[in-house]
Amino acid sequence: MATVEEYVARIEGTCGAEKDIIVIFKYDKKDEAIARILKKAKLKNTLAGIIFELAFQDISFRVYSSGKAIFRGIKNRETMNEILVALLH
Amino acid sequence: MEHHSNIVPWELISKINGFTIKYAKVNEDGTLDCTDFESKVSSKTKLVSLSHVSNVSGVINDVKRIGKVAHEKGALVFVDGAQSVPHMPVDVRDLDADFLAFSGHKMLGPTGIGALYGKKHLLEAMAPFQGGGEMIKDVIFNQKTGRVGIDWNDPPWKFEAGTPNICGSVGLMEAIKYLENIGMSEILKYEKMLTEYATKTMQNCCTKLLLYGTSDHSLKCGIMPFGITGLSSHDVALFLDNYGIMIRSGFHCAQPLHQIFKLQSSARASFYIYNTREEIDRFTEVLKEIEQF
Repeated sequence: MATVEEYVARIEGTCGAEKDIIVIFKYDKKDEAIARILKKAKLKNTLAGIIFELAFQDISFRVYSSGKAIFRGIKNRETMNEILVALLH
Repeated sequence: MEHHSNIVPWELISKINGFTIKYAKVNEDGTLDCTDFESKVSSKTKLVSLSHVSNVSGVINDVKRIGKVAHEKGALVFVDGAQSVPHMPVDVRDLDADFLAFSGHKMLGPTGIGALYGKKHLLEAMAPFQGGGEMIKDVIFNQKTGRVGIDWNDPPWKFEAGTPNICGSVGLMEAIKYLENIGMSEILKYEKMLTEYATKTMQNCCTKLLLYGTSDHSLKCGIMPFGITGLSSHDVALFLDNYGIMIRSGFHCAQPLHQIFKLQSSARASFYIYNTREEIDRFTEVLKEIEQF
């Protein structure tokens, strides 16, 4: 079973009133992580394979091919962790 | 318009010393409301503390004028030069600043080091804030009283207790030499050219661009807060990051100014001596791409 630790290097809260969460995937695992996420989440929009706007369990987020993702409206780190487990599994 | 580093420490000390802090208003374009400032300075004012240049909007405060108002009321003037010293000629005597601080990491130097200038007679009158080696002339034990008599060292050593950050100091000195060799007037001129070029290019090419703060380039230096309609500052930053273009997103440690601008956060492009017009062209091209999203 895939674990968050296997794919994720860091999870950071954004600076700003939005209180979004940025997930930074491990460099050598980023492509695999993005591929797994794209299989699980619903693709709403994409731009040149660089930015993917996705939806998963009523959560809207964007994934960047650089290996970073920004999640909106996540209550806390525990919830973020649960979503990542579901997405990366 | 202040960085949190010129808000939070005063709030902390005010809780200990019990003094009152008054904040001057900022206009919608990010410039200081000088009328409001003048109305808040009185003979009771002990210190006026302000940034020379806003780290969010790039607005350059007229420190000389503000300092004159403060001095006429008998207040001292502290200038946060973190955003001005690296980018323009700063003459503390001409500004008549009583104190001025700046950071190494904003001017090609190491992190964790900065400098505080103070007028000599003020530093001499001040008590040390930290105890340790180097900051004393004598520490003499009195056999009769069983106590120790201490003579403080002269400034600046009086305020430099303990083993200093030697590596940081050497690094900062080299950064200063490097910048002075280029010339601070040249640096300011170059940054102003880049900022004007970026503003023009971005305004011509981007349709969803929102530029925050004053549009008067004579009042600002190489910092451009901006947004793209429909996208958060973090999305803009992550998109640019994909192309190796680094900007800052968020509050930039200046949340109150974002309240005035009525923004959740902002994206900030900033220019320095290593940036080029070609990089601005590339930056603008990427912004055009993100607008399509």
